[in-house]
Amino acid sequence: MGAACDTTTHGGYPMNSGTAEPAIGDFLGGIHSKGTGFRSLINRILTVLCVGLSLLTLVPLFSIIFLVVKNGWPLLSWQTFVELPPAAGMVGGGFANAVVGTLVMVGLGLAISAPVGILAAIYINEYAPNARLSHAVRLVAKLLTGIPSIICGVFAFAVIVSTTGTFSAYAGAVALSVLMLPTILLTAEQALLSVQSSFREASYGLGATKFQTITRIVLPDALPAIMTGVMLAVARAAGETAPLIFTALFSQFWAQSLNEPTASLSVLIFNFSTVPFPHQIAMAWTASLVLVAFVTVANVLAQWVFSKKY
Amino acid sequence: MNPPMKIAHTPYGSSAAAPPDARQDLLSVRNFQFFYGKKQALYDISMDIPEKRVTAFIGPSGCGKSTLLRNFNRMNELIDGVRTEGDILLQGHSIFSAEVEVIALRRAIGMVFQKSNPFPKSIYENVVYGLRISGRSSRAELDETVERSLRGAALWEEVKDRLHESALGLSGGQMQRLCIARAIANRPKVLLMDEPCSALDPIATAKVEELIHDLKNEFTIVIVTHNMQQATRCSDRTAFFYLGRLIEYDDTARIFSNPSQKQTEDYITGRFG
Amino acid sequence: MASPNESTLQVGRRLPDLFRILCWIAGAGVVLVLGWIIVEIAQSAWPAISKFGLEFLSNSAWVPNRERFGVFPFIIGTISSSAIAMLFAFPLGLAIAIFLSEDFLPLPVRQTVRFVVEMLAAIPSVVYGLWGIFVVIPIVKTIGDWTTERFGTVPIFEGPTYGNSLLTASLVLALMILPTLTAISRNALAAVPPALREGAYALGATRWEAILGVILPTAAPGVVAATILALGRAMGETMAVAMLIGNSSRPSWSIFAPSGTLAGLLANQFGEASGLQVNSLMYAALILVVITLGVNLVGEWVLRVTRRRTEGIR
Repeated sequence: MGAACDTTTHGGYPMNSGTAEPAIGDFLGGIHSKGTGFRSLINRILTVLCVGLSLLTLVPLFSIIFLVVKNGWPLLSWQTFVELPPAAGMVGGGFANAVVGTLVMVGLGLAISAPVGILAAIYINEYAPNARLSHAVRLVAKLLTGIPSIICGVFAFAVIVSTTGTFSAYAGAVALSVLMLPTILLTAEQALLSVQSSFREASYGLGATKFQTITRIVLPDALPAIMTGVMLAVARAAGETAPLIFTALFSQFWAQSLNEPTASLSVLIFNFSTVPFPHQIAMAWTASLVLVAFVTVANVLAQWVFSKKY
Repeated sequence: MNPPMKIAHTPYGSSAAAPPDARQDLLSVRNFQFFYGKKQALYDISMDIPEKRVTAFIGPSGCGKSTLLRNFNRMNELIDGVRTEGDILLQGHSIFSAEVEVIALRRAIGMVFQKSNPFPKSIYENVVYGLRISGRSSRAELDETVERSLRGAALWEEVKDRLHESALGLSGGQMQRLCIARAIANRPKVLLMDEPCSALDPIATAKVEELIHDLKNEFTIVIVTHNMQQATRCSDRTAFFYLGRLIEYDDTARIFSNPSQKQTEDYITGRFG
Repeated sequence: MASPNESTLQVGRRLPDLFRILCWIAGAGVVLVLGWIIVEIAQSAWPAISKFGLEFLSNSAWVPNRERFGVFPFIIGTISSSAIAMLFAFPLGLAIAIFLSEDFLPLPVRQTVRFVVEMLAAIPSVVYGLWGIFVVIPIVKTIGDWTTERFGTVPIFEGPTYGNSLLTASLVLALMILPTLTAISRNALAAVPPALREGAYALGATRWEAILGVILPTAAPGVVAATILALGRAMGETMAVAMLIGNSSRPSWSIFAPSGTLAGLLANQFGEASGLQVNSLMYAALILVVITLGVNLVGEWVLRVTRRRTEGIR
């Protein structure tokens, strides 16, 4: 360029006559000008805002965990898991029946929802992935995850409590099974999808039937991920109250059969947190501690099982 | 044209191992056509695969050699919308007849895939899978099969002390030999191999090719390969496919030294492919 | 190895795959369950539907003794509690989603925040309620007293302040829908192709200009889907809301006054209801199902359209 520099055009582009070559700073959009200073200030402000808000979420969680531990710890003892709740206004006792009730109803609910969910996932992934029924199952499963948990209770009420005439653990279990079904189905489907198709091919090539391929190769390989889904569903179901408050109701005593009102941890917390007796409220906190601990362990276990495989 | 590379002690095209009563048409293809939906992939193929020899299918990508191979054990039926015309016979009987159970067919015609696919189980369980699914579970029979098959796949010495460890801990070449052991555990009549060495390094490839020489004493082998040197090293008969048609099928020696079709010659000399 | 041909290709009976039938039944069962739920509830609601018709939705009186039932205040309560919750949750959730997808702070901090959000999702609703009673109610009372003193003439800030109020429930609700909002938004942000981000930086954009100008707009449909789905969850949330909202059937404009939601109505009255009250509650349940299903369907549809779009860009 140099000597051939023309003051009227510069490589074909018109220039102000009489001015020298532009400074580098101006070429880069004026990094020294006020314009970019403002932009980076905004940038910094937004970053601080974003980070601040994100860290803000730590506060409520810590508050919850802190209070649950602080208020729940005092009454936690072996008695809690062995004795029955005291009468209103009295002290002492535990909530053994609630612990057992939760375990029983979640277990029963799992016994219904796990086979249905897993078998359905096998159908939509192994047998007929493109069938209309499979598309319908996937959509319905997603919709079912969005159903309010209280509707599960209403449904179980209409189907079980109305026909049997009594609140029962069966009704509670049915409500919980509707709650757990979509989670188990959707995670099982993902688990089956992630099994390498080359395994299935090798199995067919050796003369295996579809059933043999599914039971000997696909399911064992997908099992850790399916277990993860089951544990997540169990964690959720154990903490739910709405499906139980008018299906299993509550009881201060040990249930003699599955066909009568049954206590559960979540309903206990609900009932005890709104009465004016400090001891009952303290029990509610202790039950919360037990419940949160159980749910956390179940979630962590689920993640661990999942990560071991992948 | 490059002279074929010799690697094993058996010169190529040797038929020294074939027994006198071996049939020339163990597997017989008769006017076979194959369709993926509306698209035709194989046009009027007719050929006879001889017993206890190695037959190679060669040809450029997409010529249909793997497609034909996968029809021998009816693996293509796992894909939706495929259609066949014509027939394929095993020992004179149509493999498509209604009396034939596909799963029995696949035990009689075994397959080794391009990318080795051992199950995420132990070496032992991989080899005996074929027996377990056909209901045989006596410990003695399983043990005997494991040793026989692993010896047959030239893998026994390397893994005999860790039979119950995971198969996924083996090297690539070992995994492929395990897949071969798994396939021959079923005592198939025919062993199909779909580019078995394409994912292996040269040393592992050499081991597998040497294995093929030994295996043909007991099994009829059909191997698909895109490596012409491999075909000359390993096979007795070679079939050249192009665009879904069988162009030429002859003794390997003759195909590679004096092909009768111009297309064959063009492919072999590298003018296309 | 000579063998007769018959044993090579066995002639076998073709048993129908019973397992496949079993799996099919399970699949059909899943679809049926949803239908069954709707049918059961509709059936039980029928006496109330035929008696009140659509007036049920516009009527404000809920007097069991006189068999007068109307859910208008509860519909309003459901919508307003969800809306206020979203008002708080949206900026927070979006900020967290952006925070987790950028590297403002080192990885351990991001992993902690992520873990915290997942923990928030795992806490049972009833524990939120218990915590809300002892932590949020006092806070709201303080804020409420302060606000009603100064702005009490504005209808939504009208006093007196109740602990169990619309605001209390909405605040806790915001915490509860935060994980859903964050998770889906984060997925949407992560799905933006890195090429777009690099393109923005290459043109000299600052970090936030890239985020606000390019990345967020591209992820916008996913964020919209996240909002809709979180809204659906908010509308169905029962226990914490029931414990904190006061469950009043008298409509009020103020956020410091008690309110009621459809879900809370069901939670509180179902156990001891009888006769026409049960039918009316079932009617309310039906409305709740229709609303939440509708919102979820829309959210799923937006999500599906979004996925197709980002897959197209790649």
